Order: sequence, then structure tokens, then C-alpha cells
Amino acid sequence: MEALRQQIAKMRQSFFDEEILDKYFLQLEQLEDISNPGFVKDVVTLYLRDSTKTLATIEDEMAKSPVDFMNLDKCFHQLKGSSASVGANKVLNEVNKAREHCKEGNLEAAQASFAQLKMEHTTLQAKLLAYFE
Amino acid sequence: MNLNNDKGSMSTASSSVTVSDQFPAGLRVLVVDDDPTCLRILEKMLGTCLYEVTKCNRAEIALDMLRTNKNGYDIVISDVHMPDMDGFKLLEQVGLEMDLPVIMMSADDSKQVVMKGVTHGACDYLIKPVRIEALKNIWQHVVRKRKNEWKDLEQSGSVEEGDRQPKPSEEADYSSSANEGNWRTSKRRKDEEEEMEERDDTSTLKKPRVVWSVELHQQFVSAVNQLGIDKAVPKKILELMNVPGLTRENVASHLQKYRLYLRRLSGVSPHQGNSFISSHSQEPPYGSLSSLSGLDFQTLAATGQIPAQSLATLQAAGLARSAAKPGLPMPLVDQRNIFSFDNQKLRFGEGQPQHMSSGKQMNLLHGIPTTMDSKQLVNLHHSAQSLGSLNMQASAHGNPSGQSSPLLMQMAQPQSRGQILTETSGGQVPRLPTSVGHPILSNGAAGAMLARNGIGENSRGTGYNSVSQTSSVLNFPLNHSAELPGNSFPLGSTPGISAGMSTLTTKGGFQEEINSDIKGSGGFMPSYDIFNDLQQHKPHNWELQNVGFAFDASQHSNSLQASVDVTPSVLVNQGYSSSPRNVQNSNVSAMGKPIFSVGEGSEHGNALNVGQHLNSLLVDNSTRVKSERVTDTSCQPTLLPQHFGQEDLMSAILKQQDGLGPAENDFEFDGYSLDNIPV
Repeated sequence: MEALRQQIAKMRQSFFDEEILDKYFLQLEQLEDISNPGFVKDVVTLYLRDSTKTLATIEDEMAKSPVDFMNLDKCFHQLKGSSASVGANKVLNEVNKAREHCKEGNLEAAQASFAQLKMEHTTLQAKLLAYFE
Repeated sequence: MNLNNDKGSMSTASSSVTVSDQFPAGLRVLVVDDDPTCLRILEKMLGTCLYEVTKCNRAEIALDMLRTNKNGYDIVISDVHMPDMDGFKLLEQVGLEMDLPVIMMSADDSKQVVMKGVTHGACDYLIKPVRIEALKNIWQHVVRKRKNEWKDLEQSGSVEEGDRQPKPSEEADYSSSANEGNWRTSKRRKDEEEEMEERDDTSTLKKPRVVWSVELHQQFVSAVNQLGIDKAVPKKILELMNVPGLTRENVASHLQKYRLYLRRLSGVSPHQGNSFISSHSQEPPYGSLSSLSGLDFQTLAATGQIPAQSLATLQAAGLARSAAKPGLPMPLVDQRNIFSFDNQKLRFGEGQPQHMSSGKQMNLLHGIPTTMDSKQLVNLHHSAQSLGSLNMQASAHGNPSGQSSPLLMQMAQPQSRGQILTETSGGQVPRLPTSVGHPILSNGAAGAMLARNGIGENSRGTGYNSVSQTSSVLNFPLNHSAELPGNSFPLGSTPGISAGMSTLTTKGGFQEEINSDIKGSGGFMPSYDIFNDLQQHKPHNWELQNVGFAFDASQHSNSLQASVDVTPSVLVNQGYSSSPRNVQNSNVSAMGKPIFSVGEGSEHGNALNVGQHLNSLLVDNSTRVKSERVTDTSCQPTLLPQHFGQEDLMSAILKQQDGLGPAENDFEFDGYSLDNIPV
């Protein structure tokens, strides 16, 4: 049991060390209390679910031609908000980058960023799931 | 974690506010955000702050909840980007309807967006990710608002602080960029706020909010119009309104919104050089409303001269003048103006969209700096009111106003106003005269009152009338002065006004009366062509014009009507052009400001102008014309209180009209002589 805890603690720490998660995640943790166990997990689950959906939408949008940048921007904005709220740092960074490219209309760069974003997201997802299990 | 630390401060926050020891715990917060993650997080955070949280992921649902549970929430937090409704729109509507503090949120922290939030009236703007510390303090906005309201109650008219409407603030209001103000909400508002909550002085933190019922709003608009949009300070408005229990603060905040509304309505590019408008028209729909209403009233007042018949019934005072001239061709014209005005008003009624128009109209009027200054507008407004009343009467007679209202409504910006207009025109019109009559007659503001009065339906008709009239009236003066140079202006302005008016009227709820009136203003439409440009309202308003004209038919305005038909789309054009340039008719047709021609000898001039304008307007038919017509009926946008703008427009219009030409407005309802139009 103790070993498990330690493992979890380590995982958690690595999140912060690697800057995968930031202080907002901490805030979330603080919100959780006795009366609300699993709050963080709930939120994270919600986030992962939504963000995955949004990512899929973005991917579709990018595949279209011509690309609707307005739409893309909206999606990214949404993603930005939710990622920021959960403290998904790296994902957030990638989102911002991709968004910039979109604004410039630079589809290729945006796509590249997006790929990166997806990767970060997947990583985060895996880690968080493992963490909570 | 507990936020009890806040409580202590609360009690000291407002001396007059007795904060329960629990405060701010238990604060009822409504959170709106389409992102479930954020929603969940916020809910939790707010819960941790010991607030009572209700979450909602759709703006429409949130609005419904707010409406059904009028006093169920203390504060609203909303996201900016939402799929079903823009956060700013929600912000405006909540502000208008429920007067609750609203906090905006977004991941977007760009300056423009934040500025937009501020100008739309947000109490605060939070950047996502939201920190819990930020949420801990949101109670301050609730307290602040209540404190202000209280102050008004306790020191009605005595204290200057909280006078949120200093002239400069007007500008600020105008700068709001919300062109999207839909006045629909105002329309809804009217339904909701039928009666004002009692204002007791209980110093409970949750002191009942003042509900701006239609009547109250109309009174407000009348007062504003009477004072002149530029000079309308809360204290004076309060005095004019003479409503017990109403505080200056209430009036101040309401005025602010109204100005925003008007601005928004007149957000249309002020062709006419409404520098004022253009500068202001940024968004404050409220502002526009107020301006519009002002105008409307004025136009109404101006149009007051119109239908003698309607005048008589509508407003003893102002209208009577016109009525005195029964048979005056002018009355018809006025009626038409009224209608047009109504339209404008209707538009207001419609709600925000109307604001825009009204705001625009206002601007127009303003733009017409030539002669019409706010005073004129006020005059116009009055006349508009009278016109409105006239229209009302007319409508009563033939319900032309009712018809016109719909038309007017249409004129008024494509916004739903048209709906209102039609509504009002139909049945409302008759009613309006009564309700309208009061306000208009009494003050120019009547128009506003029309709109506002619960007459709602009826008032709309009348309100519209006045509105349209005012608008028309306004137009005239403007035109007159410029000898049509203003035409463009007046017309333009009127459109704005009318638009506003129509909107006012269309506002439906409030402005129902205006609708009918607006119809009258349909006649104005011709003159409103200018407005059309200004207002960009959809020409649907112009339809109102026709309506207005139709309205006239009932009244003597046959000639008027003809002139009213002047507007291409509207009978106005036809009527006007065809009708002998009788003072009234021709006036109407020319400028769409038949109002002028109607009552007064000066009308001739007006008529000329009108004719000219009308013709031009007719072409445009931009609904604006219609609204302008309304000016005659000084149908001050009694349009729904929400329509603030309309009323102001009306008043503005009226003012302008007055300013334009001292046309001997027989209509001078409240001294707004249509004569403003220098014939």
C-alpha cells in the first residue's frame, strides 16, 4: 500500500516536474475534499473526454478543404479554456501554438502543431489515467 | 477552505445594507458555460466559496431560468464564447431584463474582448483559467449594485453620486459596441416587468430590484425625452417621473442602459453626420434606445400635430394641438409620422435590435446637428408622442397605426421589431391612444411612455405613432433646417429614430403601441430613406411605413396616407407624393416627416422637405423613414422600457425636430413645435 502511494506520489511529482501539469491542477486538488472525493478525477475525466472530441473535430476540419480557420479557431479556443482550467500545461502550450498558426492561416504549421498537440494530449491522458487508477 | 473571511467585510461594506452574517455565503450564482469541464470546476469552486450554485450550459436555458425565477439569482457568470448565443448578448439581456450583475469569462484575454465586456456592462471580466481567489470576491459586485439601488431609494434625487449618467457617460454608453443588442430581450422584459417591485427601504441586501415595467419605462422615456437626451440627468428624470419609491440610482442605471440601447440602435453609420451618433453609436443599445426614445417622442410630439383626431385622444396636451387642427392635413402627416415613429418605436419594442435603430436614429438626429439638437429631439419626441397618440387615435380610428405598426415594425430594423409593430398595430393601437396619450401629451416623453406603459400592445401602437412621428418629426426639423440637407440627416436620423422607434414599437412588448404608430410613420418612410441608410435597418420597417400610411387613412390622413405611402414600399410615398402637398401630406411624403407639415404652417416647408425627403426616402424606404414619420406622433417611444433607446430616440427625434425648424408645429405637444422645421 505504501509502495503504491509512493508510486502515485512520484507520478504526480513528475507531472509537475515535466510541466505537464501546472498550478491550476493544484487548485483543483485543493478543491477536492472529504465531501467531494473524486472531484479531480471527475474533472479530469470530463476534460479528457471533451478534449478528445474537440481534437477529433479539429482533425476533421483540417482535413477539409478549404480549411475553415474560423471554426478551427473556435475549437482551439475552447480547448485552450478547458486545458487551462485543469492545468494541462503542455497541452495548453501546444494549443496556443497551433492557434497562432491558424490565425496566420498557416495550415501546415498548424497541422504540425496539432500533431504535437495530439501527442501531448495522449501522453497526458495515459498518465492521468494511470495516476487515477 | 472557507470564505468566511468575506463575510466580515461585507457587513462593513455598505452601511445601509444589512448583510446577514452569512453573507456572502448563500449568494445565488448562475453559471453559464458550454464547456462542461469549466462548468464543473466553477461549480466546485463556487461551492467552496459557500455560494449557491446553479449551472447551465446553454445561454437560452439560463435566460429562461432567470426569467422564471426573477429574484432567484444574485449574480450571473457567463462565458463569452458559446455556441448558441454570444456571451455579450446574454450579458445585455440580463442587464436589461433583470439588472443583475454579470461577470464575463473567457480564455481570451485580448484587450478588445475585455473592452467589449466592459462596454456591454459586465461587472467584471475573468480570464480562464479562473482562480478561486477571483471567485471569492464576486460578492462585491452584488453588494455594489444593491448599494446603488438603495441609495436611489433612500435618497431619491438628492444625492448626486451614483449619477451615472453624466454627459460623458453617455458617450461611454454610446461606445459600447453592442450592435447586437437585441431588443428582443427588452420585449421579453416588458412582459416580465409589468409591475415594478415595490421599493421598500428595507435595507436588506436583497432589496427588491426595481422592475422597470413598461409603464415605468414609458414614464422614464417620456421624462428623458422631455428633458432632452442630452440633458436628461437622473435627478430630473426622477422628478419628472414622480414615481414614489424610485431612486435616482435606479433611474441612473436605467438611463445608462437606455443610452446603451439607443446607441446600439443608432449604431448604424451615421450618414448624416451624426457625429454624435457615430461616435456613440457603438453599442450601447441602451443608449440608443434612450436616444431613440427621446427622438421618438419628439417625433411623436412633432407629429403630435398629426391626426387631429388622434391627438385629441391621445394626448390632450400635445396632441390636442394637432387635434385642434382637425382636418389639418398635417395631422395626417403627423400620424404618419407617428407611425413611422412608431415603427421606430416598435423597433425598440423589439428589443435590442431596435435599440440599434433607435440609437441610430438618435444619432441621426444628432448627426443633424443643424438644427436639431437634443432639444429638438425632445420636441420631436414630444411631437412624436403626440403623433403617437395621434396615431394611436388614428389607429383607434382605423387602426391604421396598428397596421402601420407592423409596418413600422418592419421598418425598424429588421429586428423582431416588426413583430411588435404588427402586434401593436393590430390591437394595440387602439389601446395606445390611451396610454400613449398620456405620456405623450404630458411630456413628449409620452412616446416613451407609450412604449413603456404596459400598454404594451396598445401603447405600442401609440407609442409607435409617437415614435414614428417623432422620428418623422425629427426628420423634418432636420431636413428643414438644412432644407433637406438635413433631409438626409433627418431622414437618416429618422430612420434611425424610426428604426429605433420601430424597434421601440416593435419591441413589441412595450412598444406595441408604437407599432401602430410606426405605421403612421410609415408615411415618414420617405423621409426615412435617409435613415435607411443610417439605420441599415431592414426595410421591413418601411413596411410599417405603409402601415403608418394606412393608418392615416383612417384619420384624415387620407391625404396623409397618400403621402405616407410615399415611401416606396410604404404607402407613404404614395400618399405623400400624391397627396397634395398639403402641409401634412406633403410634408410627410417629403420628408417622411409629415409630421411637420401636418400641424404646422411650417409644414409647408416641411411638406416640401418631406416631399423631397420622402421621395428620396421612399426610394430607400429604408425603414427608417417610417420611423421618422413617427416623429410626428411624438410617439415617444414609450415603447417598452427596454426600448429605452426608442424613447430616447423619439425624444431625440423630437428634439431634433424641434430644433430643425420651429415649424409652427401645431403639434407642439409639449412645446415641441413641429415648427422646428424651419420651413
